[in-house]
Amino acid sequence: MGKVEVVNGVETFNGEGFQLAMLDKVIAAARANSVWPLPFATSCCGIEYMATMGTNYDVARFGMERMSFSPRQADLLIVAGTISKKLAPILKQVYEQMAEPKWVLSVGACASSGGIFDTYSVLQGIDRVIPVDVYVPGCPPRPEQIIEGIMNVHRLVKHESLRRRYSDEYKHLLTKYNLNEDE
Amino acid sequence: MSNPITSELLLQRLQERFGEAILQHESPYDLLTVEVTPSSAHAIVKWLKEDNELALSFLTLLGAVHYPDQTGREMAVVYHLHSLVHNVRLRLKAFLPIEDPSIATITDIYVGANWQERETFDFYGVKFVGHPNLVRILNEDSMDYHPMRKEYQLEDATREDKDDRFFGR
Amino acid sequence: MSDIEQLKKQSLFSNDTINGEIATLNLGPTHPATHGIFQNVLKVDGEKILSSEQTVGYIHRAFEKLAERRPYNQITPITDRLNYCSSPINNLGWDMTVEKLIGAGVPKRVDYMRVIIMELARIADHLVCNSVIGVDTGALTGFTYMFQQREAIYELFEEVCGARLTTNIGRIGGFERDFSPVFHEKLKKFLKDFPKHFNEFDSLLSRNRIFMDRTIGGGPISGERALDYGFTGPNLRAAGVDYDVRVMNPYASYEDFDFIIPVGTQGDTYDRFQVRQEEIRQSLAIIHQAYNNLPEGDYYSKDIPEFYLPAKEDVYTKMEALIYHFKIVMGEIPVPVGEVYHSVEGGNGELGYYLISDGGRTPYRLQFRRPCFIYYQAYPEMITGQTISDAVLTLSSLNVIAGELDA
Repeated sequence: MGKVEVVNGVETFNGEGFQLAMLDKVIAAARANSVWPLPFATSCCGIEYMATMGTNYDVARFGMERMSFSPRQADLLIVAGTISKKLAPILKQVYEQMAEPKWVLSVGACASSGGIFDTYSVLQGIDRVIPVDVYVPGCPPRPEQIIEGIMNVHRLVKHESLRRRYSDEYKHLLTKYNLNEDE
Repeated sequence: MSNPITSELLLQRLQERFGEAILQHESPYDLLTVEVTPSSAHAIVKWLKEDNELALSFLTLLGAVHYPDQTGREMAVVYHLHSLVHNVRLRLKAFLPIEDPSIATITDIYVGANWQERETFDFYGVKFVGHPNLVRILNEDSMDYHPMRKEYQLEDATREDKDDRFFGR
Repeated sequence: MSDIEQLKKQSLFSNDTINGEIATLNLGPTHPATHGIFQNVLKVDGEKILSSEQTVGYIHRAFEKLAERRPYNQITPITDRLNYCSSPINNLGWDMTVEKLIGAGVPKRVDYMRVIIMELARIADHLVCNSVIGVDTGALTGFTYMFQQREAIYELFEEVCGARLTTNIGRIGGFERDFSPVFHEKLKKFLKDFPKHFNEFDSLLSRNRIFMDRTIGGGPISGERALDYGFTGPNLRAAGVDYDVRVMNPYASYEDFDFIIPVGTQGDTYDRFQVRQEEIRQSLAIIHQAYNNLPEGDYYSKDIPEFYLPAKEDVYTKMEALIYHFKIVMGEIPVPVGEVYHSVEGGNGELGYYLISDGGRTPYRLQFRRPCFIYYQAYPEMITGQTISDAVLTLSSLNVIAGELDA
């Protein structure tokens, strides 16, 4: 049996009978280690995402055991595959249904830019309808690449300030995509 | 079991039965291709299916081809039929004018033609008269042109997202 | 009438009308049970489905229009994305179509190599389908077992062409390289290991009481009706019609191999599952035969240098290869004028290519016969009168692949 190395996720100050840490960091660490993904898998990349879920690559190692097929209980929207213009409003609706804080991972060339399908029916990148946090290149990306994209999302989650979602910049971003509910 | 049906025999039977309606025939790559008049296409497909000897009772493929240069016969509707009994294939073609590309539906003969006709309508605007639900199938309903016709480009005409200079167009 | 039957009659799950209240249920387009982007608006009475209305086209990518803009050798990557569970069959089918158009033959070795690759792809395709049927009945175990085996097949593809899923395998006229020693090693290991794992999977489901109860009688279709709808492939064979392109119109030397076409009787979910299971065994047998009799010779046809994309190292070192490479890529090769229909037995049925060439750089028209698109329209008929959970199983056992459905 090898020795297990415990990674110290959150910097703490330990004293006798108490432990101090920044709430920001504790919450961020908790979030980052249990990101519930919503796989919005449409085509070929979806099959590679299935392989990522499978035993060989096992995405459950990253606190993502539970696939959340309901957008209301998901933190990370994984868009894997081509999004056509017919599907774009549905994608937007799914994104709107997700509760804050939420992240978006765009898997593959089609979702990121339309890929080889520069045609009349395909949306040229999902960032035309919803904001994207991490792009994964590839047609389709290998499972390792998808996992790397997920790790990058985790990194973002870990370093996100608790106030970000209330900031003017974030509101401006949502306005750009016509996603503001209040107005 | 009657004698095996070959392409030659098939052509002979067709000519006997529908003499005037058979306009042309050829056999590119050993597949008998027969051009028929649009008005007779429905009757021929029906007869081929119901004739016990020929038994061309499997619709493999239905589609259209657009030839903008052939005035008066721009749109070709192509049927691929297959006899699973004799393993003979037949390609039927009917040419239609672009102003009024209408042809009788064969959904009453083959249920499976339903979506293929809708797809052909969606892509080319061929009107299948008598089709129970002739609406677009793959594209959005709001689309106002038939994208597979040769005059339309592959890329979205209204797009502003990509700069032609960077994509070699 | 016994008490139990009386209870059944009153229960929520009986097939009789409960109280005549009809509800509308929207299944899809992003429903976890649909395994893809399809929409079905169901009219249900309790659990019983009265009617269904389908919407497709959510992943329409305009393959056929795209193909009219691409030179012949650049269409292979598009075919990858049709039925992405068995891309190699699509790729090699397209290559054979072009070979038919230009009238080129290939060495026997190429045929046998193609057969090995295509049958591996068929196994991968059927494994996904059958393990997903398992998942939908609540048996996730089979899925986790079989995906390991599928990874083994992907490693084999990777060894031949460098890609896992969208393989772009092969060339017009042959293969880009011969099977490598690592491939031989991995294939032998696969042929040795796979039957054991597969039998384990089979024993988990095939005679499992719960699985049988869930699938027998679910989503049935008769042979005549299936033919009328244009069914092909395992779904047609499950309905009892033994139509298989590999036997009817042999391509790639399929006539050399000895194999059985399994057929079902009821055309229900269980039959579709069993037909695919048996086809996996038959595919394995074909691979054994092809691999053991793999002829010596070239891995590509030397007669058509104007179509076979030369190897990269030759392009950099040999003048002729450079010229041909340039000509092929720039599309300066004269292509015969003509129209050709070629079909192969894809994972889901007869995958056809209707190609019209006007002698130009790109096809004038290329139409794909996509088996999924043609048989998916029978779905409402198959699930009418069934329960919702059976409808989900029917959908997964039909193996509708969105990429192939919407082109």
